[in-house]
Amino acid sequence: MTVFLGLPRADPESHLHGAPFPQAARAAIADTQLRRNLGNATATIRAKRARVVGEVPDWAALRAAGAAIKDDTLARLPELLVQLEEAVTARGGTVHWARDATEANRIVTALVQATGADEVVKVKSMATQEIGLNEALEAAGIAAWETDLAELIVQLGHDTPSHILVPAIHRNRAEIREIFLREMGRVGLPAPADLTDSPPALADAARRHLRQKFLDARVAISGANFAVASTGTLSVVESEGNGRMCITLPRTLITVMGIEKLVPTWQDLEVFLQLLPRSSTGERMNPYTSMWSGAVEGQEFHLVLLDNGRTAVLSDPEGRAALRCIRCSACLNVCPVYERTGGHAYGSIYPGPIGAVLSPQMTGPSQNSTLPYASSLCGACYDACPVAIDIPSMLVHLRSQVPHPAAERAVMRSVAYAMGSPRRWAVALAVSKAGRLLGRRRGRLSTLPPPLSGWTSSRDLPLPPAESFRDWWTRTHGDGS
Amino acid sequence: MSSARDEVLGRIRRALADRPAPAEVRRDYRRTGELDRTALLDLLVDRLVDYKASVRRCAEPELAGTLVDALTERGAARVVVPPGLPWDLPGAVRDDDLTAAELDDLDGVVTACAVAVAETGTIVLDSSPDQGRRMITLVPDYHLCVVRADQVVQIVPEAVARLDPDRPLTWISGPSATSDIELNRVEGVHGPRTLEVVLVD
Repeated sequence: MTVFLGLPRADPESHLHGAPFPQAARAAIADTQLRRNLGNATATIRAKRARVVGEVPDWAALRAAGAAIKDDTLARLPELLVQLEEAVTARGGTVHWARDATEANRIVTALVQATGADEVVKVKSMATQEIGLNEALEAAGIAAWETDLAELIVQLGHDTPSHILVPAIHRNRAEIREIFLREMGRVGLPAPADLTDSPPALADAARRHLRQKFLDARVAISGANFAVASTGTLSVVESEGNGRMCITLPRTLITVMGIEKLVPTWQDLEVFLQLLPRSSTGERMNPYTSMWSGAVEGQEFHLVLLDNGRTAVLSDPEGRAALRCIRCSACLNVCPVYERTGGHAYGSIYPGPIGAVLSPQMTGPSQNSTLPYASSLCGACYDACPVAIDIPSMLVHLRSQVPHPAAERAVMRSVAYAMGSPRRWAVALAVSKAGRLLGRRRGRLSTLPPPLSGWTSSRDLPLPPAESFRDWWTRTHGDGS
Repeated sequence: MSSARDEVLGRIRRALADRPAPAEVRRDYRRTGELDRTALLDLLVDRLVDYKASVRRCAEPELAGTLVDALTERGAARVVVPPGLPWDLPGAVRDDDLTAAELDDLDGVVTACAVAVAETGTIVLDSSPDQGRRMITLVPDYHLCVVRADQVVQIVPEAVARLDPDRPLTWISGPSATSDIELNRVEGVHGPRTLEVVLVD
C-alpha cells in the first residue's frame, strides 16, 4: 500500500509569500501617497475596461468559451503538454521541464552560460518573477535587464512589483523621475539632466536607456501569455515593443512558461485575444502581439515548462479553476481591498484577489494563512474575471483549510456560549451596552482587550446600540410573559 | 531518479485522479462580421486613428504616388523594404539581412500586410516576402504599411482563421505605447513611434 503524501508545493525560494497580510496592510494603509496613486490608477483603468467591454455584444459568450477552453485544457493537461512538446520540437525548438523554481533557474542559467553571454534582456514575465530568476542569474554573474517600462522602474528603484500588469502602479510620475535621474547612469545611459516628470519625457528616457541594450543583446528571456498545443505556437502580448525587441533581435530566446498556459488549438486564440486586452489595459487590442512556432528566423529557441506548485493547485477540484487565470489583472483593479492596500501587502508576486487564491494553493495554506481573509467577499472580482473564476467561493473554501486565528476562535466560542441560553444572551446584551462607554468619543470600538484584540487589530467594531431589540420589544409590547 | 518530465507528467495525472470530464466548448460567440465593405473600411480607419496611427486612402493606380507622397512629407529619404515588396520606391534599401544597427540608421520601413481587423484597428504581419523579417518593422522609427481592402476583416476570429500559425506573426494596433505611468497612455516607447497606413480600395 502506498501512502499519498500530496503533491509538492512551490519551491521555498519562490516569491509567493511574505509578512502576514494584516501586518503588511497596516503599513500600506498608512501611506497616503500610495493610496492616492492607487486610487487614481485603479479608477482610470476601471473606467477604460468597462467602456471597451461594453462595446462587445458577445462578451458573455466569449467569457463562457474562455472558461470552458481553460477547463478543457486542465482536464487534458498531460496529453496537451506532450502535444506541445512534440510540436515545438518538430519546429526546431528544445523543450525543458522544471519541477520547481530551483530547477527552472538552473536550466535557464545553464542555457545562458552555454551562449557565453553575461547579460540578458527580459520581457516582463510573472513566471520568471515567481521563481526569482533575476536573483539566480545575478548569483551566476549574469546581469538581467528588465525592459518593460514598469519593470524597469521597479528594478531601478530596488523595489518589488505591486501589480500583475502594471508593477509600478504604486509610483507616481514625480517618483519615477527621481528614480530615473538617480539610477539610470549607474547601469547604462543616464537620464537627461533636464528630465521632466511628463509621461512622454519619462518614456523617452527609457527608450534611449534601453536602445543599446536591445541592439547588443545576444540572449533574451520571456514568459508566454499563451501556448497552442497543436501548433507549438507561443505568444507574447504587450504594448511597448520591448517584447518584440527581445523576442526578435537576440539570437537565443528562452521562454519560461507555467504548465497551465496552454490552449488546445490555434482557433482558441480567437477567444483569448479578445478577452485579454480588454480586461487588462482596457484597450480593444494591445499594441503588439508576437507569435512564433519553434525556432524561427535563425534563432535558437528553448521552452521551459514550469510546475512549481501548479500541480498542487490542480489536485483540488474546488480550487483548480484558479489555473484558468490569464493574468489580466482585472480582479485587482476592481477590488476594494487591493485599492486600499496595494500589491505589496499580499507578500506574493501574485497580489489581489487572484493572488489571494493562487498563492496559498501554490505554497500550501500554512505558508499563506492570512491571504484567504484578505477580501471583503464582495464578488466584484468574479464579475470582472474574463474566464469566470469564482474567486469569492474559493476564498471561503480556503478559509476552511487554513488554521483559524486565535481571536476568531475566541469570539466564536464566546458567542456560541452566550447564544446557548436566553438568560445568558440577555446578560451578554446588558454587558455589551457597557461597551458604548469604551468607544463613545469616536463612535466606534477600535481596541478590545486580549484575546479579542486580535479581532479589532484589523477591524473597527461598531458601538452596540443604546437599546437592544429585546429591550425595545419589552418597552413597547410589555414583558409578554 | 525519474526525469523532471516524467515526474511533472506523473504529478499532473495524480492531480487529476478525480478524472474531471473535458469541458464542452460552445463557440456561440460571433465568428463572422456583418458590416458591408464601406462600413468595414470606415470602421478600420476610425479605429486606426483612435490609436494614433495616421491613415491615407487611395485607389490602386494611385498607390505608388501615395507612398512617395507619404515618405516625402515624413522626410524619410532612406527606407528599408522587404525583398518581395511589389512596389518600386526610389531610394529604398532592399533588406539583405541588414543588422539591427544598420536598420537603426534608416529613416523607416515600408511593407504590405497579411490581414487587418477593423473592430480593433489591428494589422497583422506574417513575414511573407512582401512584409519581410520581423526585425525590419521593429527597429526603424517609422512604419508605412499598405493594407488592401480585401485583406480587411471585421473581427478577430476572421483574422485567426486566415492566418498560418507556422509563420512568425506580429499583430500591430497603433504605434508603440505604454500605460505604465499612472495608467495614462503614452504613444511611443520601443517600437516604431509612428505608424502610417495606406488603405487601398
